[in-house]
Order: sequence, then C-alpha cells, then structure tokens
Amino acid sequence: MSNRIPLGRRSFLGTVAAIGGGFALGWGIPAREASAQAGGQEVGIWVEISPDDTTVVRIARSEMGQGTLTGLAQLVADELDCDWKFVQAAYVSPEMNLARKRAWGDMSTGGSRGIRGSVDYVRKGGAAARAMLIEAAAQRWGVPAAECSAANSVITHAPSKRTIRYGEVAAAAGQLPVPTDVTLKTPAQWTLIGKGVKRLDTVDKLSGKQIFAIDVKLPDMLNAAIAQCPVFGGTLQSFDADKIKAMPGVRHVVAVGEDAVAVVADKWYHAKTALAALPIVWNEGAGATVDSAQIDALLKTGLDANQAALGQRHGDIEAGLAGAARKIEAVYGSPYLAHATMEPMNCTALVKDGKVEIWVASQNGDASLAAAAEAAGVKLADVKVTKLHLGGGFGRRGNQDYTRQAVLIAKQVPGRPIKLIWSREEDTRHDFYRPITQCKLTAGLDAAGNVVALHARLSGQSILAYLAPQRMENGVDKAAFQSWTEEEFGYRTIPNLLIDHAVRNTHVPVGFWRGVNTNQNAIYMECFVDELAHAAGKDPLDFRRSMLTQSPKHLAVLNAAAAKAGWGTPTPPGVFRGICQNMGYGSYTAAVAEVSVSPKGVLKIHRIVAATDPGNVVNPQQVAAQVEGSFVFGLSAVLFGAVTIDKGRAVEGNFDTYPVMRLADMPKVETVIAPSGGFWGGVGEPTIAVAGPAVLNAIFAATGKRIRTLPLRQHDLSSA
Amino acid sequence: MVAPDGQPTERIWGANCIMIKLSINGITTDVDVDPDTPLLWVLREWVGMTGTKYGCGIAQCGACTVHLDGVASRSCSIPVGSVGNAKITTIEGLSSDGLSHPVQIAWLQHDVPQCGYCQSGQIMAAAALLRTNPKPSDADIDEAITNICRCGTYQRIREAVHTAASLAGKA
Repeated sequence: MSNRIPLGRRSFLGTVAAIGGGFALGWGIPAREASAQAGGQEVGIWVEISPDDTTVVRIARSEMGQGTLTGLAQLVADELDCDWKFVQAAYVSPEMNLARKRAWGDMSTGGSRGIRGSVDYVRKGGAAARAMLIEAAAQRWGVPAAECSAANSVITHAPSKRTIRYGEVAAAAGQLPVPTDVTLKTPAQWTLIGKGVKRLDTVDKLSGKQIFAIDVKLPDMLNAAIAQCPVFGGTLQSFDADKIKAMPGVRHVVAVGEDAVAVVADKWYHAKTALAALPIVWNEGAGATVDSAQIDALLKTGLDANQAALGQRHGDIEAGLAGAARKIEAVYGSPYLAHATMEPMNCTALVKDGKVEIWVASQNGDASLAAAAEAAGVKLADVKVTKLHLGGGFGRRGNQDYTRQAVLIAKQVPGRPIKLIWSREEDTRHDFYRPITQCKLTAGLDAAGNVVALHARLSGQSILAYLAPQRMENGVDKAAFQSWTEEEFGYRTIPNLLIDHAVRNTHVPVGFWRGVNTNQNAIYMECFVDELAHAAGKDPLDFRRSMLTQSPKHLAVLNAAAAKAGWGTPTPPGVFRGICQNMGYGSYTAAVAEVSVSPKGVLKIHRIVAATDPGNVVNPQQVAAQVEGSFVFGLSAVLFGAVTIDKGRAVEGNFDTYPVMRLADMPKVETVIAPSGGFWGGVGEPTIAVAGPAVLNAIFAATGKRIRTLPLRQHDLSSA
Repeated sequence: MVAPDGQPTERIWGANCIMIKLSINGITTDVDVDPDTPLLWVLREWVGMTGTKYGCGIAQCGACTVHLDGVASRSCSIPVGSVGNAKITTIEGLSSDGLSHPVQIAWLQHDVPQCGYCQSGQIMAAAALLRTNPKPSDADIDEAITNICRCGTYQRIREAVHTAASLAGKA
C-alpha cells in the first residue's frame, strides 16, 4: 500500500519520527501497517493491543484542542477495562474509513458532537474488544467465559486463580468474531469516565515536537503562497508572472481555480515575498460596491418585515403585546467575526500518477478526502489523507477550501509535494465568518412586572443558505434559532411567544464559528431579559427564576452559578455583578460576572463563575479547560471582535486590527460542573454563549449603560 | 546544488544571500540566506526547526517567540542579519529532553495546552520572564506574557507560571 505512491507514508513517518518521535508515529497509519509496525493486534475496530499491553485507541474525530482525543479514549478504555497507563490514541485514516465502509462513523468534528455523537458506538467498541479478550482467555484455559472477569488489562479466572494479560491473548482475540450484543456499563460501574485524567497529547506540545500540518516536511517539497480575490465572489482575470519569475526561490506562478493565484517557491518565505510583488488583475464582480453601512441597512429592513421564517410560536403574540401594561423594545446587533485560528489555513498535497496524497488539519477527514479527490479529478479510492492535530479549528476547518486549493496547485506541479500556507491576512480576509445579525426584541409586561408576551425577530445572514442550501427547509434556517428551539428555550412560562428570522443574505461568506448562533442569540435574549428585570424593578436572578419554573435543569445551573458567586451578597466597592443562563448543544450553562468600570471607562473583569450541566462528564479537568477557554473565545468577540466590509472585501487583516483577548484581560474563571446525569451534552461550545451576557449585564449594573451593539470597544463606558 | 536544509534546488537563493553564522541552542550553524529574511523563516525553512510557529508575521501574537541572549524576542520580525552574535534559544533547546525545564514541568502538571500551537511561544515567554523575575506577581505575568492563545489557556498559563517559579526556587 505504501508503495502505491513512491513518496510513501513510511518515508513521511520516518521524517516525522526523526523530528517528532514517539507518539506521532501512530497517526493515520492504516491498521494493518500499524499492527505490523507496532506489533499491535486489532481487536474489534476501535483498539489495537500489543504483546506489551500497549493499547491504541482509534479516534475518528479530530483533536483541535478540545480534548476529544483523550475523552474518546477514556470512553473506549472504560468499557475495555484496560489500564489507562497503557493507552495511546491514533487517528483512523479517512481512506481506511472509506475502504471499510465508514466503519468508524462520522469523522466530522463540530457542533460539540465529538463525545456526545460517538459515545454509544465507541463504548460498544471497547466492550466488544473486552468480550473478545475474555473469550480468547477462556478458550485458552478451556473454561466458560462467564467465569472470567477483566480489570486493568488483566483477565482473571477466579475459580482456578489464573490470570493472563491482554497483551498475551490479543492475537487470538483479534481472530474472533466481533460481538454486537454487548452490554454497556452503568454509570456506577464507570472507572475512567468521570475521571480527570491528564490529556494524552500534551508532552509533544511542550517541546516543539508536535507536528502540525504547517510543519510537515517532505522530500522535494515546494511551498506555495496564495492570493485570493479580495472581493468575495470575484475572480482572477490575469497576472504577470514574468515580473517575479527571477525572484529568489520562485518556481511556478499558477492560477488556482477561478479566484486565486499562487506562487510556488523553494521556501514559503520566497513564495510570500514574490507574491507581494506579483501584478494581479481581479474581476471584482458585483460585490465590489458593498460596505458595512449597506449591510447594516439591509438587516434593518428585516427587523419589521412582514415575511419571516418561523422559529417558535405559541399563544397570541399580537394580543399579548396589545394587552400588556407596558411594552419594552430594544434592537441588538453583532458583526461578522473571523475564526482566527492560531495556525493559519494550510495543506500539503502531492499529485502523482493519478493519485493524490494530502497532509491536512481538518475538522472532517472524510470531507478532506472528498475535496482532494474532486479537485484532482480522481476516484475517492485514489486519495490518501494524513490527519494532523489542528492548531485551532473553531468551525473554520470544517470547510475544505484550503485543501482544494493545495490539490489544485499540486496538480500543476505533479510529482512534488506542495505545501500551501495562507498568510494571516489571507486567513482573516477569506474566512467563513460568523454571520452578521440584528435582533429586535419586543416584550409586554403586566402590571406586576411579569412577561406576558415576547417577540424576538432576528434579521441577518443564514449559514445554511450559504454553506448547505439543501438543508434549508422552505426558506427556514433552523440553525438560526439555536438556543431558541422549544427544547432549548428555558423561559417556558411566557404565555405568548414568537421567535422568527428575516433572512438577509449578502455576498460575504458565512460559516460555523465556535458556538455558532447560540453566541449572539444568548446575548440578545439574556441582555434583554436583564432589561426586562430592571424595567420590572426585580432582581435579575429572581426574575429569571420566576420564568424558569418549567425548566428545572436551566434553573438548577442558574442557581448553581448564583450560589457559588454569592449573588445577593455584598461585592467589593465598585464591583458589580451580571448573570445569565442558556442552553445549547445539549448542555445547560449559566454564568455570573463581576466587573468594575473606572470613571474613565476602563473595564476590568474581576471574576467569572460558570456552571455547566452536560449530563454526564467524561473528564472534569477537560470540561473545566473548555469552560475557561470559552470565556476567552466569547469575550474576545464581545470586547474586541469585528470584521467590517468596505468595497466588498474584509477590512481587518491581522491581530493589530482584529484584536483578541490576551492574558492581561483574563478574569479568574471558577467552573462549577453540575452534571445531572442521564444524557450526554456538548462541552466545547455551550459556555461561550453565557460569556457575553454575563459581562454585559454586569457592565449595565456598574454604569447604567446598556450595550446593544458589539464589540464593546466601540463604546464609551466613561462616566467622567 | 543542495540547499542548506538538504533539499535539492536548481537555483541560487538570490543575489543578496550571504553566509550567516548563527548560534542556535548552543550549536553554531552556517546559513546561506538573504540577511533581510526574518529569523522565524530561517529557523523553520532553512534550519528545519519547526517548533517555533508562524502566527501573524507582525510581532503581534508571539507564536514565534525565541530567546536572544535569554530575552524573549518575536522572531517573525527580526531580520536574520541583525541577530549578530546573540545566542538563539528555541523551544527545541529550552531543555535537553524537552520536558525538564521548570516551565515545561509546570505546563505538564497544569495540563496547559489545548491545541498547542501557541504553546512554544507561551513557554518561551514564560521562561524568559522567570529568568529576570523569579517570583512574578500576576501583574508581572500579565505584563510580560502578551502572546495570543485562541483556545483560551490563559488561566492555566498564569497558574503554571507560579508553579514553575516555585519549582525553580526549590531547584
């Protein structure tokens, strides 16, 4: 198999091993090769066990920092009853998944589904392997399997007091049929699930040894820098390669699809330098006159439009509002946001003899394989994919534009691996942005200050309309209503409710951005509910409690956050609290923020208390890490983030104009994990939604200023 | 012709190339390169050491942090020709085994990295801070470590720097 393309996987692994060593070896090796190399025996499809008991758990999802590699390994290892100290993890290669009829299921890593979307079948995989190992031991001893038990990678036959290690029976176990009727453990029997074991992927990240896709080195490799039409939807008209052909290191200047041009050079630095000097003419197209003010005006037309896609309705909103003692209305808005992964988009591709091989950081290995096949014009079976850990994903690397480009370039330089790296500026200006939206909220309060009617009208861009129009349902983008579906929306006591969405699309590409629509929806709703509480003269916590009486899980996390934060107790002088709750990705979250704002308007976030109920918890340490990180991601957006459009293109290009949170901005985050059990919720995204409203509501408490448009840095908080 | 990293090439690097002597992790290395080339790309593409990362190219994010004579420096914005005799330390040379520097020990203890891409730079920034300020306060850490982490590991970085300080103090 490795001889199919002269530049074999083994030679690549040799390169990696020389630089990276150890753990990296497991990545992406087809099982038979891996077994041959490492001496591991496939037992079922999810584990390989070596004679020395080393247990490799196969991972189909992608590790991008969220800890899914460790969590998934815990799920398998728990059912397997193996000793955690023997556990390693290795990616299933997309071509192996393809060849074996997608035996490892969905490789897509997004929507906080890594754990909750795989939990059943990976645990069954661990349980099946355990049953096979026990059966093999029982056969060797000539005893009934039912008399044997397993723990810590050792099988025991109690009646005869015999024991045998997994590594000793793995070879025989691997020949047995894989049982399908395995019984999973009950939560009370879990030994690894729920334990805060250390991540499996830390060591190489401390020494520079971790090989990210951008670090891939291959014999004869060339490097490519790319310029894409700055105006979204525009195309490449011409370029003058002669002007740069004599520049150092330059080998080729090639068109990439319809809308980009790349310089291929010995070094990426050469390619980037030459590209900057390349005369390029673009057909900017119809988008070239669009700017942010026009988009803002377009969205405003949706706020009162008659036509809107329905999200949720019950009661009679018109009558409810008409009969209310008081009507309160507010319009909120949030801008386009870039993902800004620390590792810019990149992919290495080799096209040779009708076959393609790629090395890529991807949130969806299957999709990378398909994109490479399509770009090269080869069959799916003629593509090999080496997945590498992602230097950040956040939804960006579910899109395969960079994969496609690398293959399109490599196709024009056959026989040599081409590493395409986007500059930071290309990365920021050619994203699939978090969609721009506005929201008009209208509520009716009765004389006692109870909410009797609520209308939330979203206006703005639809991700599905852009990325997956086939998933639109009669013009409705259901994802636009994240956190506001009947299942998720906690304020079930409101008798008259209408949530709808006026779809207003532009030429700007939009996509899934960690937390997706829960982020801005939670800001709109939870800041507005705060407005209503103040209008009603009620405490924001009590006010929410009164509306969550039919939503016990929402209420429980809200109470957990409030209790830990000491809501209602005195704060230090000048420090004020804000509170909020939300549900998304199957999990319940709530947060309290403590902030101060100086007379000159300088915001300091002193403390965050965040509570989360993801049902079951696989690794509390990693849940806490995701909760902490969610505040960095969410608050970066709320405090700083905005991509603006001028002349049809993204203005901001780098961290000087697209600032994000740094260590000095980081508040102390106290995480309360309050699992109620019985379900598996997501962890990587749901907390982001409560980061913004908690802080914004605290800012209101501190200053009396209600921030309704983002980012915060565009507002003056000074009182002087 | 063979380029300095062993890759074959048919082309001379450019008229401006000169031989530059660099001291990297205690080893003197000759590099044939245009002196305007940023140190980051010389490390990554000429010398072949990829632990130092590209994040922004304009000294904003710190993913490219190395030590020049012990001082944290953003290699993406330092022309290699200006390095002179300064001793360059990269993440690969922070400790002999890649694990035993107090900052690395503390990072492991706190399970700091998530995606890990920025961590070479974070670790180098932390190590440089502790060199001049063995017992930094939170405010000192905030001021000294301005590297960007998008996963949001800042809280654990802060805790781990304190742990590293106490480990170094005991050593």
